[in-house]
Amino acid sequence: MPAWKQEFKSGALAIAPLAAAAVPFGMILGAQALQKGLTPAEIMLMSLTVFAGGAQFMAVGLWQYPVPWAGIAFAVFLVNLRHVLMSASLVGSMGQFRPWQRWLAVFVMADETWATAERRAAVQPLTVAYYAGIGVALYATWAVSTALGTLLGGLIHNPEKLGFDFAFPAVFICVVMGFARSWRAAPVILVSAATALLVRHLAGGTWYVIAGGLAGMAVAAALPAPGRGR
Amino acid sequence: MSAETVLTIMAMAIATYATRIGGVLLGAYLPRTGRVKQGLDALPAAVLTALIAPAVTAGTPEMLAGGITVLAALRLPMVAAIGIGIASAALLRGVL
Repeated sequence: MPAWKQEFKSGALAIAPLAAAAVPFGMILGAQALQKGLTPAEIMLMSLTVFAGGAQFMAVGLWQYPVPWAGIAFAVFLVNLRHVLMSASLVGSMGQFRPWQRWLAVFVMADETWATAERRAAVQPLTVAYYAGIGVALYATWAVSTALGTLLGGLIHNPEKLGFDFAFPAVFICVVMGFARSWRAAPVILVSAATALLVRHLAGGTWYVIAGGLAGMAVAAALPAPGRGR
Repeated sequence: MSAETVLTIMAMAIATYATRIGGVLLGAYLPRTGRVKQGLDALPAAVLTALIAPAVTAGTPEMLAGGITVLAALRLPMVAAIGIGIASAALLRGVL
């Protein structure tokens, strides 16, 4: 097997648990969209061009006719603002990517894609093929599960009961622990979590992700510089 | 497909892509030395922690399942830890 195929496969395998966990939610999205009056082709178009689960759920929730398109687009922008931080960080690991490959790569940069790529980049250089494996696997899964939802309708009502929703925190807990390789991670994690919870409590909405992230970064920047021995 | 729906979806796609490409454009101007580097190096852990904090503290079952996932991840491969996390969330929600 050529090296790039091996890398592609490794990327696809790395995101497999997250892709599997996204299936019931893609199905629910498809079913909810039909109830709101969208056609199967329309919700498919949304999953293929927007490709942002949380934002799509919110948009479908706000959907009515006539469609408040500007309000929906602005809400989507706010929900996805965290991606500015994520891609600003990830681009630092995209040294092997050509400019057009970066532009294409971030098109499929959902939270899951990003976290999986960052996890890889923390241990070895991120290749285009590995990222492509991650991106294609999640993109295809999201499209297929949205389509399944439009076909099978409300087959899945309550994925929380089976714990499927907890797959996202569970995976991300493991990813965060992978990043935590020195004592420096502890104050960062504590401050990020505390700030996120406080801002969510006070302000609501989705600002808590950015606020918590920036607070954790500020703590990391304020810590004494790592010594040579580290 | 209705025109207003397609327009809305295109506006959503542009809004989303703007956030994703925004970081790529911004990232080119960020210095990656000294304290800025220390902060940027911590970004993945900080943003992911903030992202999941509400879900992990949503209730007693979630907090316990989160703790169990942390313990499992210390000893076991990631796939096993994820499975244990999901199963413990489902079980604890049924019991508590």
